Amino acid sequence: MYRYIISRILLVFPTLIGAAALVFLLMRLVPGDICLVRLGSGGTSFTQASLATCHAEIGIDRPWILQFLDFLWGLARLDFGKSMWSGKPVIVEIATRFPISLEVAVMATVIAVVIAIPLGTISALKQNTWVDLLVRTFSIAGLATPAFWLGIVSILIVLDVTQAVFGHPWMPPIDYVPLWQDPIRNLSIVMLPALTIGYRYAAVSMRMTRSAMLEVLREDYIRTARAKGLIRRLIINRHALKNALLPVVTVIGIEFAFLIGGLVVTEQVFNLNGIGRLMVLSVQNQDYTLTQALVMVVVTIAVLSNLVVDLLYAWLDPRIRLA
Amino acid sequence: MTIEIAPTSATVPVLVDERGRTPHGLWGVAATFFRRQPVGAIGLVLVLIFGLAGIFAEWVAPYNPTSNDFAAMTEAPSWAHWLGTDQLGRDLLSRILYGARTAFIVGMTSALVGGFSGLVIGVASAYFGGRLDLWLQRVLDIVMAFPLIIMALAVVSIFGTGIQNVIVAITIPLIPRCARIVRSSALAIREVPYVDAARALGYGHTRIIMRHMVPNVMGPFLVIITAFVGQAILAEAALSYLGLGVQEPVPAWGLMLQGGAEEYASTAPWIAIFPGLAIMLTVFGINLFGDALRDILDPKLRER
Repeated sequence: MYRYIISRILLVFPTLIGAAALVFLLMRLVPGDICLVRLGSGGTSFTQASLATCHAEIGIDRPWILQFLDFLWGLARLDFGKSMWSGKPVIVEIATRFPISLEVAVMATVIAVVIAIPLGTISALKQNTWVDLLVRTFSIAGLATPAFWLGIVSILIVLDVTQAVFGHPWMPPIDYVPLWQDPIRNLSIVMLPALTIGYRYAAVSMRMTRSAMLEVLREDYIRTARAKGLIRRLIINRHALKNALLPVVTVIGIEFAFLIGGLVVTEQVFNLNGIGRLMVLSVQNQDYTLTQALVMVVVTIAVLSNLVVDLLYAWLDPRIRLA
Repeated sequence: MTIEIAPTSATVPVLVDERGRTPHGLWGVAATFFRRQPVGAIGLVLVLIFGLAGIFAEWVAPYNPTSNDFAAMTEAPSWAHWLGTDQLGRDLLSRILYGARTAFIVGMTSALVGGFSGLVIGVASAYFGGRLDLWLQRVLDIVMAFPLIIMALAVVSIFGTGIQNVIVAITIPLIPRCARIVRSSALAIREVPYVDAARALGYGHTRIIMRHMVPNVMGPFLVIITAFVGQAILAEAALSYLGLGVQEPVPAWGLMLQGGAEEYASTAPWIAIFPGLAIMLTVFGINLFGDALRDILDPKLRER
């Protein structure tokens, strides 16, 4: 068990270093001189000296390998440099926006789990009935609906409904307050984006729950339990669901990382000032230091959530850690 | 003496009718598919409607998708404009029909290029094994750690926007996802005795790969490619919506939802609703078709 855990944790480092190398290489593929872009975009004229200063500042005049080691060392100390756009340290830019994105992500996960596991189970138990068909259609539609469109439509619905009920349209506020300061205001900001992202997430998990459940229900030990005369609910909760949830845990974990991708678009729709929106701004502004830092943050979250999934899996399924 | 080894096995795609017969000809296959997979057939019809609309947009579209008509701005759906007009007086139906072309060009190109690159990498990795496999897997692990849209954003931030760059940006993250799945199917095939037999007969790598390995991973490969088309269309829409994908004046569904759609959402909701509906129906159709395809190609799943 410990051997497995340690080797699995150690595997994180080569992946992260590889990802850092990839990000580093990608950002060096930018055509032209970053400093020219940076100085030119201000609309002011610049001198050869300021160009050289800029080069030295970014460290672009040094050999690639040294630049990369610097980059890695910076990552290790959470020092991502300064935003080329705002001039503030990148870590500050990210840290101020991180809580809201995290809250939306966690909430979307909760919504997804609450919707997916019961619906997926019911769908499997009632296989090939109209209930099953309905749940499956709901989940395939979830995979097909663009999150940003769902966001626009849900805002539209909220506007129309509040107009009809209260007589004046209501929009969720956009200035973020932490949950513990003003829970109602906080939830009214976060709820719609979380639902929008949660739907797709739920769709994926629902399909997984259904197919895992169907597989488990065919196992011999379920038949044994049934033959023993155990009541149906006990068989489903204790025997079937417990084992069927293994692959579901995997999907939820893997999708959590990809949720951050969904945030990029959804935060734009709802005007949320999170890291997804920051990512779009950084790409629009050609702020390479910010872009590369944000990509690294997202990749790290992805790699770590994969790690958590694997460890959880080993804990839940003895066959893996003993193999 | 030469011995021909039939490059077939149980995993080769099969579509059989109720009596277990394999249909012949395009119409026969289509008829059997419609009978056996009615839901998948609905999906196929949806995809065909949008696909054909994209191909024949010039003939089907009632208006020029890029010509403004300031006398008819944000008009509600009517006989003159079936789906209404946008904030510049452009006919929404025509823009959606032309948008289908953009969506399918990006979707199909990314899925095919990404899929085939993944196929080559996946099969090679499984067939040659050893150190190559190990290194390739590590590299794929790294690329897979980037969520699709994040990788696409990073690529766009470097090469810029526009339809070609969007295709590149979406293709790159698809490659490892395909390679991974193809590799796992190919690994199983490599252990099958007829591959050993082919090797013992002294056949070259190319021949074994092309005649014995590739046909046997076609099933899962086709299923992935189908799913990729849907994912790529969604990714293109997302990028265009963010203003980092296809640029005006090219009609694209995601682009149609940008800017105007939100601003006019309460007064002219059709601007926001119809392009999104087009994306949803297309991807929905692709997913339904893909599920049916998987049921046909993977007999193990047929009971589910």
